[in-house]
Amino acid sequence: MSAPTTHRSAEEIGRTAQGPRPLPPLGATREVPLPEVVTETLPSGLRVLAVRRPGVPMVETRLRIPFAGPNPTADPAFAARAELLSSTLLTGTAIRDRVAIDDELAAVGADLGVAVDPERLLVHGSGLAAGMPTLLEVLAEVLTTASYPDQELLRERERLVERISVARSQPRTVAREALQRKRFGDHPIALEMPTGEAVAAVTPEEVRATHAAGVVPRGSTLVIVGDVDPDAAIAAVGKALGEWAADGTARSLSAPPLPGAGPLELVHRPGSVQSQLRLTGPGLSRDAEGYAAFQLANLVFGGYFSSRWMENVREDKGYTYGAHSGAEFVPGGAVLGVETDVASDVTAAALLETRYELGRMVAVPPTAEEIDAARRYAIGSLLISLDSQGGLASTLAALDAAGLGVDWLRERPVRLEAVTPEQVAEAALAYFAPERFTGVIVGDADTIGSRLRALGGIA
Amino acid sequence: MSELELHRATLANGLRVLVVPDPATPVVGVSVHVDVGFRSEPEGRTGFAHLFEHLMFQGSESLEKLAHFRQVQGAGGVFNGSTHQDYTDYFEVLPGAALERALFLEADRLRAPMLTEENLRNQVDVVKEEIRLNVLNRPYGGFPWILLPPVLYDTFPNAHNGYGDFSELEQATLDDAASFFDTFYAPGNALVTVHGDLGEHGVDGTLALIEKHFGDIPSRPVPVRPSFGEPVPGSERRQAVPDAHAPLPALAVGYRVPDPTTKLDQYLAHALLASVLGDGEAARLQRRLVHADGLVTDVNASNGLMGGPLDARDPDTFTITAVHPGSVDPDRVLAAVDEELDKLAAEGPSIEELSRQSARWAAALHHEDDRVMYRMLGLGARELLYGRAEIATELPARIAAVTPEQVRESAAALRAQGRAVLLVEPTTETEDEG
Repeated sequence: MSAPTTHRSAEEIGRTAQGPRPLPPLGATREVPLPEVVTETLPSGLRVLAVRRPGVPMVETRLRIPFAGPNPTADPAFAARAELLSSTLLTGTAIRDRVAIDDELAAVGADLGVAVDPERLLVHGSGLAAGMPTLLEVLAEVLTTASYPDQELLRERERLVERISVARSQPRTVAREALQRKRFGDHPIALEMPTGEAVAAVTPEEVRATHAAGVVPRGSTLVIVGDVDPDAAIAAVGKALGEWAADGTARSLSAPPLPGAGPLELVHRPGSVQSQLRLTGPGLSRDAEGYAAFQLANLVFGGYFSSRWMENVREDKGYTYGAHSGAEFVPGGAVLGVETDVASDVTAAALLETRYELGRMVAVPPTAEEIDAARRYAIGSLLISLDSQGGLASTLAALDAAGLGVDWLRERPVRLEAVTPEQVAEAALAYFAPERFTGVIVGDADTIGSRLRALGGIA
Repeated sequence: MSELELHRATLANGLRVLVVPDPATPVVGVSVHVDVGFRSEPEGRTGFAHLFEHLMFQGSESLEKLAHFRQVQGAGGVFNGSTHQDYTDYFEVLPGAALERALFLEADRLRAPMLTEENLRNQVDVVKEEIRLNVLNRPYGGFPWILLPPVLYDTFPNAHNGYGDFSELEQATLDDAASFFDTFYAPGNALVTVHGDLGEHGVDGTLALIEKHFGDIPSRPVPVRPSFGEPVPGSERRQAVPDAHAPLPALAVGYRVPDPTTKLDQYLAHALLASVLGDGEAARLQRRLVHADGLVTDVNASNGLMGGPLDARDPDTFTITAVHPGSVDPDRVLAAVDEELDKLAAEGPSIEELSRQSARWAAALHHEDDRVMYRMLGLGARELLYGRAEIATELPARIAAVTPEQVRESAAALRAQGRAVLLVEPTTETEDEG
């Protein structure tokens, strides 16, 4: 691109005769009332939440079944059974095989998916609203008569072992596993992905027994959002899922201990050209007094692009593509995560800047201007995230699991508006002081180790 | 929902405008699509289109560095930009009250971006971190969108790495940026789309706001868009690349497809062929490769290089990708793929099979339309690439109209041409236990 100068210079491009212009003001924000949520508990104990949200002729479903293991400590065998159950729930029923299940759903433009973590089994669905009866019928069929055919299960077991090996080759997975161990020790919440060995040892009988014991309606919640009448949707659920019954209650995960302060653990990943910085400390849960102030403090620190930390390590220093902090909710509380990936040669520098910005949250608390920007972002992004059936369904399901209803969402803007700079400063002092954190750094220790250790606070 | 009204205008400086109101939502989206992607970047400057996209966020005459992000987020909005083969988009989605602010922000940088040496060096570093994150430090980085094109294509625009080589990114100069902006970011080479809640402005008021903010950007010559066409390969080309992070081998197969601009229905038949092959448990390749023969861990098929159809002009790429155990010879996977394509080329899919895939498509399209951001970007991209935003709204019906015979012809067309085969070969045993 050697330039015959037919174009303007960069300097000429950046200015006009008129000069800089004033920013137009914002208009008045529309009030957006959230739709009414109709809630009913069926005789089986299943809670059903139904919401009419037209817009597109679709329906979204989220079935959340608490799915903790029986042991108080991490149980590799249970985690492996749960993971394999999740991979094979849709592979056969009393009357349909894997392909027939999928054909039945596809005919009405529907899809079901299954995911499991240490807290819950989630069966999520979506489809054309007109196909809701079929979607519910197939859902009921797998819940009550999933057969886990030997041949399907053995094949899925093999694939799962291969997929786990692929997942564990991702640096983000290595970092996540190390972080969860650091946070929660041997509590079951730390074990998010089973080992290949444990999966390979699971038998079809064990998966069927795990289903019989754990896939139960009492304690579970089904959320339905879409272009449907809520009362009719609940009636349809009652009809379709009437046969799903069991004596026991779905098992909830116990509250894990929250991480204490401590040195960062350096995890060696040979040949890494980047390092994963993962710092963590206790956070505040959504129902806690002061959560709104904590949320705003987090946004100012690293919770959105226009945060102090992002502007420093990305836009000023160029150390990273992204840096993010935020709360993760766990039974009984929350943890704060501070996460970024940086080139190996700037790992120590990035840690230094991270500690500096954490310290600055305490020493130079967020200004009124910073808080106002964070507040407007919190309210606006809430509006955007709820502006789809899927977003609303997932939010309602997550809140319900935490014992919160749609009123909590409705009142959120008001609570955010009420937060004062003093409250944000208190939250910053309580949750962002650098000494409160622990965590892990994953990278090539031969390259990054000596400079990191020289900074101190590295195990 | 298919009753969307599309309002078009062209400003005196050549800027195209598309306004699509949706009173049902409280949010509004504003996007600018520029008719330049990484296929247009000059030789010796791979990755420049994407690097330049980053520079457009670094401030403009009325907005100092960081101000763009702060103004969007401080108005309660979200933003992003992305660089594709044939276009670059910039957008924000915000509460409806911020519509004029969004238009101001987009107009200011399209008129007078602040291109400085300091910001250029800073964003070269940021882009290098993006590439380390997405390509260099992970398994299957750039698979297949960076790795497959050099096997299937011969010319620089189609074959080169759109993320760019580090050495070429480092050599980028401020003058390169000035030249790129003056050439490609002429108002006549761009489209502004507004979709969602227009509030008290309405359509006419929104058009007036667009004229107010964008109207005085001086007109500049619009570059002549070259054809990127090249001959379809007549035989198979094969290449292997090592991957130090991957625990399992992978392969990608690439084919050429009909021109979406001139042969849209044939192009869409290829999209349905991809669904019949890869989407859902009942899809042909899932049943054969994953379950019946147990050859692969996962398999996907897509009409489109970057993950979906209708995202580029001609030439576009049909891809089949699979991850498989090291014990399986890739030729066994390819032979099974060929057999499945041959079956479809001989008999086509059944009517039921096709109607199930159409129903899933319709649902997936509605799903996308439920978010202002996706619908806006879909409308804008189709308007810019093909001159018809209507394609986005007509898709469910056009997909449903595809016949088994058209899908059969698509399978036959793939089998009748040469193709690219890319093999990803792990170079080390994984250190983790399986």
